[in-house]
Amino acid sequence: MSGAEFVPLSLTPMLIGIFAAVACALPGNFLVLRKQALIGDAISHVVLPGIVVAFLVTGAVSAWPMMIGAALASVVAVVLIEAVRRLGRIEPGAAMGLTFTAMFAAGVLLLEQSDTSAVHLDVEHALYGNLESLIWLDAVGWESLLDPIALAGLPVELIRIAVTLMAVCAFTWLFWRPLKLSTFDEGFAQTLGMRTGWIGLALVIVAAIAAVAAFDAVGSIIVIAMFICPPAAARLMTNQLEVQIVWSVVFAFLSAVLGYVLAGYGPLWLGHDNAVSAAGMIATVSGMILALAALFAPCRKRAGAPAH
Amino acid sequence: MTLELAANQGAVPTMPNMEESPLAIRGMTVSYGQKPVVFSVDMTIKDGSMTAIIGPNGAGKSTLLKAALGIVKPLAGHATVYGKPMAAQRARIAYVPQRASVDWDFPTRVIDVVLMGLYRELGLLRRVLQSHRDTAMACLERVGMADFADRQIGQLSGGQQQRVFLARALAQGADLYLLDEPFSGVDAATEKAIIAVLKGLREEGKTVVAVHHDLATVTEYFDRVFMINTRKIAEGSVGEAFTPENLDIAYGGRLATGQIDQLALAAR
Amino acid sequence: MLWDALTLQLGYNATLVTIGACFLGVAAGVTGTFLYLRKRALVSDAISHATLPGVGLAFILMVMLGGDGRNLPILLLGSAVSAGLGLLCVNWLTRNTRLAEDAAIGAVLSVFFGFGIVLLTVIQTMSAGRAAGLEGFLLGSTAGMLWNDAVVIAVGGAATLALVLMLRRPMGLVAFDPEFAASSGVNVARIDLSIMGLAMAVTVVGLKIVGLILIVAMLIIPPVTARFWTDRTDRVALISGLCGGAAAWIGAALSATAPALPTGPIIVLVSFAMFAISMFLAPNRGVLAAVLRHGRFQRRVHMRQGLLALAQGQPIYENYTLRLLRKAGLAHPDGVATEAGKARAAKALRDEKRWELVRADQAFESAAALYDGLREIETVLTADQIAEIDTRIGGPRGMTA
Repeated sequence: MSGAEFVPLSLTPMLIGIFAAVACALPGNFLVLRKQALIGDAISHVVLPGIVVAFLVTGAVSAWPMMIGAALASVVAVVLIEAVRRLGRIEPGAAMGLTFTAMFAAGVLLLEQSDTSAVHLDVEHALYGNLESLIWLDAVGWESLLDPIALAGLPVELIRIAVTLMAVCAFTWLFWRPLKLSTFDEGFAQTLGMRTGWIGLALVIVAAIAAVAAFDAVGSIIVIAMFICPPAAARLMTNQLEVQIVWSVVFAFLSAVLGYVLAGYGPLWLGHDNAVSAAGMIATVSGMILALAALFAPCRKRAGAPAH
Repeated sequence: MTLELAANQGAVPTMPNMEESPLAIRGMTVSYGQKPVVFSVDMTIKDGSMTAIIGPNGAGKSTLLKAALGIVKPLAGHATVYGKPMAAQRARIAYVPQRASVDWDFPTRVIDVVLMGLYRELGLLRRVLQSHRDTAMACLERVGMADFADRQIGQLSGGQQQRVFLARALAQGADLYLLDEPFSGVDAATEKAIIAVLKGLREEGKTVVAVHHDLATVTEYFDRVFMINTRKIAEGSVGEAFTPENLDIAYGGRLATGQIDQLALAAR
Repeated sequence: MLWDALTLQLGYNATLVTIGACFLGVAAGVTGTFLYLRKRALVSDAISHATLPGVGLAFILMVMLGGDGRNLPILLLGSAVSAGLGLLCVNWLTRNTRLAEDAAIGAVLSVFFGFGIVLLTVIQTMSAGRAAGLEGFLLGSTAGMLWNDAVVIAVGGAATLALVLMLRRPMGLVAFDPEFAASSGVNVARIDLSIMGLAMAVTVVGLKIVGLILIVAMLIIPPVTARFWTDRTDRVALISGLCGGAAAWIGAALSATAPALPTGPIIVLVSFAMFAISMFLAPNRGVLAAVLRHGRFQRRVHMRQGLLALAQGQPIYENYTLRLLRKAGLAHPDGVATEAGKARAAKALRDEKRWELVRADQAFESAAALYDGLREIETVLTADQIAEIDTRIGGPRGMTA
């Protein structure tokens, strides 16, 4: 395939897919280790009420208010889950399931009640995004990467997710030690003076920001899959957190690239002429990677202390 | 135990022994739900001593320690470390949590766990230098685990895990060592290794406080005891406080009379 | 209009859907109780998301075999098969790898759902227009439902409910105390499997009404709601079933009154409202009751500690304690006891001394176990016993050193 075709049509969606996958996988590592994997599930569900409320408040479909609305909704959800868990003394899984379904239901109801016929805002879009449409019309080939005029026409989603990815990387790098320490041994971390509660909340907020930025481009399914599958597969590859992070990035990257290619060209190879959902395919590929890791990866079994 | 003795239990915050004491707790009450597990407890740890906190299961031993460290929030009371609030003295405290309190399946190596003890020195971003590694290795050496430095922590036995935790505490280079059940579920060799390290610390003038559950070894391992069963029962040198009367109050009918006499005899 | 809907007077379809939803709500509430008590509430999330590829594949198969692909029972059968497969994956991952259950659940739900979305896009292109109905499985859609489908839902709901009622005893036993259940000859693994099977049945029947994203709410919210009102397993199941049934009935009826009121979300929100009310107002476990109780409890602790400090002539170093004592007229602002305070303090100290003797005496072992620093000694010992102890103390303020 020539650059003239690839760059405008496939380069940007692919990059967006990769950035989104990696941005979610990084905090996902800690969520999985903290047994909070389903926080990602909860966040991705409450994004819908967030953007609907933002739409109702501003009356327009514009990116920033919606992202802020979605981020706020995630924070509200996390706080609500904690409140339900503590105040009602309810186990975390149930508290989570209860909160995010109620918020999602409220989002759907608001959506149905408000007049959104004129704008592109629907539940299906929220679930599986529209990665394929994020093309770079101003590009004519590889040379456009050096052309400031063409670069100005890059899809804004790409810029947003790239900035988000950088922020997520910066957070992970800066707070690496507190994250690792408080995930491993919270009590000890507290005696060192760490605010473990705040660290946990910061992690969830960063995950929420990654989810919201990714959601904007690729829908919520990918978000859950990327929070969990690459880190889970990576955990089965190694017994060292630093290495696990690298594997999770590799797996996220692979899922995005393979998923996008399979979705776009797979049906062609099978003799159909219509592409299938790229977001769905990326999730599927990440699942296959996890399945392979679960079957063959070197550290797939619990070590188990030898008898003493 | 008499009213006179009871009257001595509550010390005034300005009393001199509180200012010097490595760990002084006043009026500490902690409850889970509606039942206090620790009720109005005062404790004054003597500098350079090795103190065992003893009492029956569920008597609030670990809870008292956690409340002093600020890990659980007390209903009333406060603790000072060398005369100042805990928050200002973190660098002087090393803490060894219960082994079962962490997930040993966490993807990390023994040496990395010990390096966690250097967190106050390393901070967020300072690089781990060879000197830090040497410190960590020296601590592992002290607990006899140097050969395991590159092992994944999940592959260790219970006793080895406990020794790694102790090495991490040594790396903290503190003056006061607080240990929660360091001998629970460990093999005899580990128990010996740990007690040797703790006695070494005392010889260096450090202070050691351990939650302990094996009454038979109290006299051999420690020089002071703090006996608790929700309330403080007794506090003092092993000879003073580890008496049949006090054990009777702390353990009620849970210890056979013969057993109590035997233990107390050993304390003489 | 609403009244008509609640009393089933909005046409045959609406009536059937309401009745079916109500059956389903009861079945979901009861089944959910067992899931909740086994701490596996969110497994239902994996089950429900895993239904989607089954629906898609069943549709594709039917079309390939020359049908029109919209046969509801066959679509539901497909969904059950893939949900079962998803459940197996969750169990396999948790048992055979080091992954925890939450990661396994998240992985299965996202991957199955992602694959389901892929299939939906395939269906959209392979026979345009005909697939329109399948999106309805995401969020449920009862509007414009066929008579046949309504019958399937009503019958499915009734059948699920019947199964739940049949199995409620062994499931209750396992949820309450699995070890005891095993020792009395119940096959715990098989009962666990049937709990999961029932959760699957609820999910499958509920797909068309509330959709796969929200069906978990019907399994999770009612048991949590019920838990606030009682501590007994059988009553939790009963109340949960009632809450689930009521929420489904009201929700289905409400949504039948207007086009912009989708059934699933309304049922979930009604259910959530019941939960919120319970969480705050339930008499024992409710938040309001707990806050009041905690405040009372904290006052008692500080009061008691304050009295003991007064009795022993120690200063009171917690402001809250001093404030309480002053308010009760037991201490002066400078921390010195009043006359009334002295009397109460002496009593507190004497009680403490009495407790000390009780705890040292094996004869009182069961009473001593109740000691927590707050309990009045009069509530555990008779006046005679207390008198007997007092003789050992030798008078209320005696010194026996």
